Amino acid sequence: MTLNRDGGTLFSAGMAGTLRLLGYLALASVLMVVDHRGHWLPKVRYAAAIVVEPIYQLAGLPASGLRAARVAFADRRMLTEENHKLRVDLLLANARLNHMEAVSRQNRRLKQLLDTRRQLGMKVQLARVIDLDLGAFRHRLMLNVGTRQGVKVGQAVIDSRGIMGQVVQVLPDTCTVMLVTDPDHAIPVTDARTGMRTVAYGSHVAGQLVLPTIPVSADVRVGDELLSSGLGGRFPPGFPVATVTHVEPQVSGMFLVARAKPVADLDRSDEVLLLRDLAPPAGPPAPASVDGPPSAWAPAPAMEPGTHRRRP
Amino acid sequence: MTRQRLRSIIFWSSVALALLLMLLPLPSFLESFKPYWPALVLVYWALESSDMVGLGLAFCVGLAADILYGVMLGEQALRLCVVVFLVLRFRARLRFFPMWQQALAVFALMLNDRIIEAILLGFAGMHLPPPAYWVAPAVDALVWPFLFLLLDDVRARLRAHEA
Repeated sequence: MTLNRDGGTLFSAGMAGTLRLLGYLALASVLMVVDHRGHWLPKVRYAAAIVVEPIYQLAGLPASGLRAARVAFADRRMLTEENHKLRVDLLLANARLNHMEAVSRQNRRLKQLLDTRRQLGMKVQLARVIDLDLGAFRHRLMLNVGTRQGVKVGQAVIDSRGIMGQVVQVLPDTCTVMLVTDPDHAIPVTDARTGMRTVAYGSHVAGQLVLPTIPVSADVRVGDELLSSGLGGRFPPGFPVATVTHVEPQVSGMFLVARAKPVADLDRSDEVLLLRDLAPPAGPPAPASVDGPPSAWAPAPAMEPGTHRRRP
Repeated sequence: MTRQRLRSIIFWSSVALALLLMLLPLPSFLESFKPYWPALVLVYWALESSDMVGLGLAFCVGLAADILYGVMLGEQALRLCVVVFLVLRFRARLRFFPMWQQALAVFALMLNDRIIEAILLGFAGMHLPPPAYWVAPAVDALVWPFLFLLLDDVRARLRAHEA
């Protein structure tokens, strides 16, 4: 029966099929153009979150199951080794923390001296990475926190070593992070050794950043540490971003091109931190509105008779 | 009646599984070689029972894939439409190919699909994918015989079970 469908009026069937194909292609093209112009996909995804999120969770299950199985079946020796390593790490971290505390105390003193009004208290939120493949050549991560946990687009994401990226899309219970290695990503950095400021872009090569516009006269060496400079207001200043691995002149000879390896553990991080406070926007502070005399001069409000009477 | 229902259950679960497989994480060096599962599954069903798979269905599956992990809305819808159209057009010939020729045909289909994707990404102003990206059609062709036999086997078993 199905064979007859193919034969018979082959020509007319073919024509109708082609027309329908053209119709669908046109529809898809319209969708793509609309989406490209208006960025519909995140909105549609948000609307479909009730269906989409469980699927993400489901697809993430094998990875988390593997992790759980590894913990369950890991042999004793491995656990002991890991325990030992973690102990050493903890000691190191504690030592570093103590050092940091001393530095922070000194810093606080200096700040008070400088009459800095705002204390730099950084609020962070712990998030877990949902292991998903969001496309082979897009450097994205998915985290298990979303709008309901107060996540906003633009928040910086760090791990224990350095900056990982920023939140680009938020769903009710999950959010997508663009890593610093994404070809569409750029982050302003400074060279920790020389203080030179430049911009680090993501690259096509996995796990690499490119700094294409370094002046030829600048002093950049392999091994230099790059810190976030805080320019642009997206990322807080002073966090490690990458280490320079290659420096070479550009083809045109106008600039130096440096390649750098991100410091953060982009492939392996299970748990990451979301910086809660967005960095203050760049530019001058908003003007304080001073209309009329200060409120301190205002006469004390008269006690309302009703409240007065009811009081015992 | 029940046979129809059974078949549609297998069909939909295979499509859902294909969509999930695309989301499954792989080690980063394997990522570029990941077969395009939804297309392979749709090709199978278009060959085996063309009354279930039409352009409309390919479009809908593509939209679902786009919402799940797409770059643009409509991109995979377009690609899957093209794949299914080509298979339906040459169905009578493809069905009676020996397996290796079918695998070659799948390779050609998927290569065509990759070219379309690269063009679409180019239009959208995205970067062109890395060279390893062009290896995936070969992987598709290698996977095809196994997928075909697996789905055939599942169908045969369920039919036997029912009878």
